[in-house]
Amino acid sequence: MHNPAAETASVSATAQTAQPLLQVDRVSLQYRTAQAVVQATHEVGFHVHPADRFVLLGPSGCGKSSLLKSVAGFLPPAAGEIRLDGRLVREPGPDRIVVFQEFDQLPPWKTVLENVMFPLLASKTLPRREAAERARHYLDKVGLTRFADAYPHTLSGGMKARVAIARALAMQPRMLLMDEPFAALDALTRRKMQEELLILWEEVRFTLLFVTHSIEEALVVGNRILLLTPHPGRVRAEINSHQYDLGSLGGAGFQQTAQRIHRLLFDEDAASPSAQPINFSDVRFSY
Amino acid sequence: MALTPPIREEYELTLAPLTGTPLARPLSPWQRLWRQTWLRKGVILLLLALLWESVGRWQNNDLLLPTFMQTARAFVDGLASGELFLKTWLSLQVLLKAYVLGIVLAFLLTTLAVSTQFGRDLLGTLTSMFNPLPAIALLPIALLWFGLGQGSLIFVLVHSVLWALAVNTYTGFLGVSDTLRMAGRNYGLRGLPFVFHILVPAALPSILAGLRIGWAFAWRTLIAAELVFGATSGQGGLGWYIFQNRNELYTDKVFAGLAMVILIGLLVESLVFNTLERVTVRRWGMQR
Repeated sequence: MHNPAAETASVSATAQTAQPLLQVDRVSLQYRTAQAVVQATHEVGFHVHPADRFVLLGPSGCGKSSLLKSVAGFLPPAAGEIRLDGRLVREPGPDRIVVFQEFDQLPPWKTVLENVMFPLLASKTLPRREAAERARHYLDKVGLTRFADAYPHTLSGGMKARVAIARALAMQPRMLLMDEPFAALDALTRRKMQEELLILWEEVRFTLLFVTHSIEEALVVGNRILLLTPHPGRVRAEINSHQYDLGSLGGAGFQQTAQRIHRLLFDEDAASPSAQPINFSDVRFSY
Repeated sequence: MALTPPIREEYELTLAPLTGTPLARPLSPWQRLWRQTWLRKGVILLLLALLWESVGRWQNNDLLLPTFMQTARAFVDGLASGELFLKTWLSLQVLLKAYVLGIVLAFLLTTLAVSTQFGRDLLGTLTSMFNPLPAIALLPIALLWFGLGQGSLIFVLVHSVLWALAVNTYTGFLGVSDTLRMAGRNYGLRGLPFVFHILVPAALPSILAGLRIGWAFAWRTLIAAELVFGATSGQGGLGWYIFQNRNELYTDKVFAGLAMVILIGLLVESLVFNTLERVTVRRWGMQR
C-alpha cells in the first residue's frame, strides 16, 4: 500500500526547502561523576522541523534523555552546538517546555488550574486573568475542566500526565520536549495518552521532541525517528514513521519497520528475525 | 505427569445499573464526634487533671503539690488581678520579636546556602558549632554585651531559634526533587523567585517542623533565662513570676505559672501550627 522510496524522497525534498526549527550539530555530552567523566553521546546531529513529531529512540544508556535535557538547556554540550531558530541554546527557557516522566513535576501546592497557569505567570508571558483563560482552554482540550480546582495528589497517573501536557501546551512553546512522558503509566492508559497526544497534534500542530525506549511507541507517536546506539550514544539511522498510527499496530508494514529498527538497534543478523515472526505481545516492544 | 489446568466454559454478563445498595455509608454521629482531635485530646487532659487532683489530695501537702483545684483557683485569681496576664504578655512580646528575627536570619542563611558553595560551608560550620551550644549558656556574655534589658534576652532567643530552623529548612531544600527544580528553571525562575516559588513550598513540611522546634526552644530558653537571672528585662516576665512565687512559697502560684506556659504551648500548637499544616501541607497531600 505504501511506496516507501517515493515517500522518503518527497519528505527529504520538503525538508531541504524548509528551514529546520532545531539544529543539533555534532553534539557530544558528558556526565561528571565522582570517579570519572562519562561520555553520554558522541557527535550526534539531527534536524527538527516545525510541526515534526521527532522521536529519539534507543536502549538505556544511549543518551537520549541527556540529549533532551541538553536541548532544554539543562546540560551544556561538551562539544558541538544546539540552535533553536538559529539561536544558540545556552540555558533553560520557557520557549522549550519539558514534560517529564515523573509525576512530581506538578507542584503539589498548586491546584490543577494553578499548575497550568504557573509557567505563564512565572515567565511573565501573560497577566493573571488571561493566563487563567488560556489555562482553562487547554484543560478543556485534555478533558480536565472538571478537575480545575483539584490538587494533584487527588489525581490518577494519567490525569497528572494530562495536566503536564496541558501546562506545556498552554505556554505555546516553540518546542515541546517530552522525556518518556508515558513510561510511568499502565499499558491501557499509555495507549489512550498516545492517542490523545496525536489528536492534540492534529489540532494544535506543535513541534514535538519525544524520548522513548519503546519501538512501538516511537512508531505510533513519531513522524521521524532517530535511532541511537548506546555507550556512548551515536546516531545509527533516521527512519520515517509518519505513515503509522495506533490503527496500524498489527499491520505488515508496521511489523516490518519494527523489525528493521530492532535489527538496527541491536545489530542482529538480518536473516534471523524474519525466521520468527514478531508477536505484538512480545516483551521486546515494551522494554 | 505435568499438571494441566482444566479448560472451562467462557461466559459474558450484561450488567444492569446497580440500584438499592448505596455506594457510601455515613458514619454514625458518635463515630464522627470521636474523629475530632480536640475531643480526644480533651479527654486525655481531663484524665490527667483527675489523676493530679487525686494524687494531690492523697499527698495532702499544699507546699509540695497543690491540687488541681487549688492551682486552677490561683490561675483564675492571677488572671483576674491582671498580674499573670501582664507577665505573660511581657514574655510573649520578647519571644515574638526574637522568633521573627530568628526566622528572617535563618531564611537569609539558608538562601545563601542553596545558592553558593561559600554559603553551604558557612551554614554547615556555624550550625555544627552553635546548634549543640545551649542558648542559656550565652546569657552571661549577652548580659555583658547588651546589658540588662530586652537586647540580651533577644540575643539568646535568636540563638535558640536560628540554628534549629536553619538546619531543618536547609534539609528541606536539599530534599526538593530534581524534577521540580528543573520544572521551575524551565519556566525561567531563578534566584529569589526560584526560592519562593519552588524551594520554600516544596520544603514546607521541613520548614514547619523547624518552626515548631524553634518555637519550643525559644519558650524554654526564655523561661529558663528569666528563672536563672531574674528580671533581666527590667520588668520580669512569666519565668520571673514563677521564680518570685517559689521564693515566697506560693506553690499554687508557681503551678499556675507553669500551667500558663503549658497552656500557651498547647494553644500555639493546636491553633497556629496545626492550622498552618492543615491549610498547607495536608491539603496538598505532602503530609498525612
